[in-house]
Amino acid sequence: MAAIRLARPGANPKGLPMQRPHPELPSSDKRWKIINTTMRRAGYAEHALIEALHGVQDAFGFLDEQAMSFVAESLDLPLSKVYGVATFYHLFQLKPQGRHTCVVCTGTACYIKGAGALVEGIEERYGVQPGGTTDDKALSVMAARCVGVCGLAPAAVVDGTLLGKLTPPKLLERIAQEIAE
Amino acid sequence: MNVEDLEHLAEQYRAEGAAQTREVRVCAATSCRSGGALLVFDALTEVQQASGPAHCKVKEVGCMGLCSAGPLVAVADRDAGLTDVDLYQEVKPEDAADIIASVDGAPVERLRHPTDNPFFARQQLIVREQCGVIDPDSAKGYIAAGGYLAMVKALTEMTPAEVIAEVTTSGLRGRGGGGYPTGLKWSTVAKTPGAQKYVICNADEGDPGAFMDRAIIESDPHRVLEGMAIAAYAVGADKGFIYVRAEYPLAVERLKTAIRKAKRTGFLGHHICETQFSFDVEIRLGAGAFVCGEETALMGSIEGGRGNPMPRPPYPAESGLWGQPTLINNVETFGNIAPIINRGGDWFASIGTERSKGTKVFALAGAISNIGLIEVPMGMSLREIIEEIGGGCPGGKAFKAVQTGGPSGGCIPNDYLDIPVDYDSLKTLGTMMGSGGMIVMDETSDMVDVARFFMEFCMSESCGKCVPCRTGTQQMYALLDRLAKSQAGPADLAMLEELCEVVQATSLCGLGQTAPNPVLSTLRYFRHEYEAKING
Ligand SMILES: Cc1cc2nc3c(=O)[nH]c(=O)nc-3n(C[C@H](O)[C@H](O)[C@H](O)COP(=O)(O)O)c2cc1C
Ligand code: FES
Repeated sequence: MAAIRLARPGANPKGLPMQRPHPELPSSDKRWKIINTTMRRAGYAEHALIEALHGVQDAFGFLDEQAMSFVAESLDLPLSKVYGVATFYHLFQLKPQGRHTCVVCTGTACYIKGAGALVEGIEERYGVQPGGTTDDKALSVMAARCVGVCGLAPAAVVDGTLLGKLTPPKLLERIAQEIAE
Repeated sequence: MNVEDLEHLAEQYRAEGAAQTREVRVCAATSCRSGGALLVFDALTEVQQASGPAHCKVKEVGCMGLCSAGPLVAVADRDAGLTDVDLYQEVKPEDAADIIASVDGAPVERLRHPTDNPFFARQQLIVREQCGVIDPDSAKGYIAAGGYLAMVKALTEMTPAEVIAEVTTSGLRGRGGGGYPTGLKWSTVAKTPGAQKYVICNADEGDPGAFMDRAIIESDPHRVLEGMAIAAYAVGADKGFIYVRAEYPLAVERLKTAIRKAKRTGFLGHHICETQFSFDVEIRLGAGAFVCGEETALMGSIEGGRGNPMPRPPYPAESGLWGQPTLINNVETFGNIAPIINRGGDWFASIGTERSKGTKVFALAGAISNIGLIEVPMGMSLREIIEEIGGGCPGGKAFKAVQTGGPSGGCIPNDYLDIPVDYDSLKTLGTMMGSGGMIVMDETSDMVDVARFFMEFCMSESCGKCVPCRTGTQQMYALLDRLAKSQAGPADLAMLEELCEVVQATSLCGLGQTAPNPVLSTLRYFRHEYEAKING
């Protein structure tokens, strides 16, 4: 435990080793272990918060209250702080996502090259705007501010695959393919 | 290890690969990758192994710059630079056999992209000198190309004060947007007493439409680490962080590999190259908040909190990460350090203009023929950049304006294209250098809509901490929206202008202070477009 205290200056001004039990993993799901390892490697320090939330989202797809409470307890932070951070950053999702995701780039280069038409195309076909998920939970649509391939604008990321030089029909076809698989 | 030892090592690494005199370089950076570059790489490797000449090596490299023509493949002599190659564009796996056959034969004409055209010929490469040439995942490759020489030279032959003096002489200014003199920043951090100091590399690259930092990291990550280590030695820090946006997964991977390999070979970590100097680097991921590119917000985010900016002073140099003296520089700024130490501050200062030295990497995007990355000396005219290097607007459309500085900058119309690009000239035109994004717009762009686009960006990226930015951007957006839809009256335009002034003057951080810039600049040059939309 000594190393843990060292990593968190200020938490214990007298420098006495303070024993604080770490919370039990919420379930036997292996994914919690991975998240716990991330936090342990950082000595359960406060600065591991964002990394831990990334870990939760990578593992579960979104952050629910159970996960946020677990992270809060592990890092000895108030839940309000964890919630505050989770809601501050656009990447963190607090609701379950659809089985497939489409992230449309709405950065400047893509805007100039017609990202708006992609967003409209998706809305017409699936009835969702960025930030939404279809009722059947098949598709979540998100917007990103530049995915770094401005040379191939307009771009989108469908289920983790980066696609460039898109047109609405091309994008819709790809999404339909993913959903059908 | 001293400079001579390292030169020996580099010589040894070069000798190891000497049998392979020809190279087939495949761009494996994000942009070409999404066009299928990895399949091309696999196909080339397969053909090479089956029937290619033994003196040829197929290797992954970083960004060659001309992203819009990707996937790019270059066939070259082993020591050739970026332009001394046969460059092939839009390569598909089926082309592998022809390309391998061309290693010792005639170039494949149907795929060829000339490299003697202005896009390549007019560039001057300092930061990107090894981009698209070396294998980014190979520490050996970096060392063989002269990597880590500057760091070892600094550690073994220079005092920290001498390093800072060299950087000051170079006249290098921060490439992250502000243009603050790098030498001055370093000397402030060095002078500030503190038990623990930090060096941070800002790789948040928030400007949507800019991808210089991503390309540098994906193509030559060790160069960034080397720059950071030299900086840490100069200011007396032993701990560093690289803050990368989560939208750049490949850049993160490349950095992780580079850090691991640099540690293993003793170029990072404890007692670097057997000197007294230790320096460790950690990666921190962003989570999709533009404001986290602002230095105080970024540090809040590294500490694990919300990315809320703090009033300055105190500046990070005095009280930064966890209240300690902290040096924060941009990726490209760090990328310039090794060449400055190797070749001297005077050499660097001989390039560029009176008050802006060296080169600048720009990301050309939007309505322009050659979309990609370029590096040119400061002071080149915008016209040369856009018309000659960029090849002008495609489809015979007329050029209308170029946006620099992203959502914090402004646009420049045709009439001003002859000004030399540097920090100061762009400011006089009502925009700014920013990080180096250049978005070209042709005659079809509606400037009110462009202003609304940027305002929507600032509105949704405002962290909400200060009122002028939080509510001001919302109100300005509402006014622009009405204008764009031709539902606004003359009073609305007057209100918009007034709000611009208030938000500019009273916001807490750079985001709010600069949010009105796109509006002000489109008003300055395209006021008639606003007026044409006014109702009544
Ligand atoms: C809203 C806002 C966003 C910023 N985004 C970035 C960014 O993405 N990358 C960057 O290097 N600097 C960014 N900056 C500038 C940084 O605050 C800081 O000045 C810079 O990292 C210093 O490095 P330099 O001196 O090497 O330029 C931003 C500033 C503001 C106000
Ligand atoms: S703006 Fe879409 S990839 Fe950069």
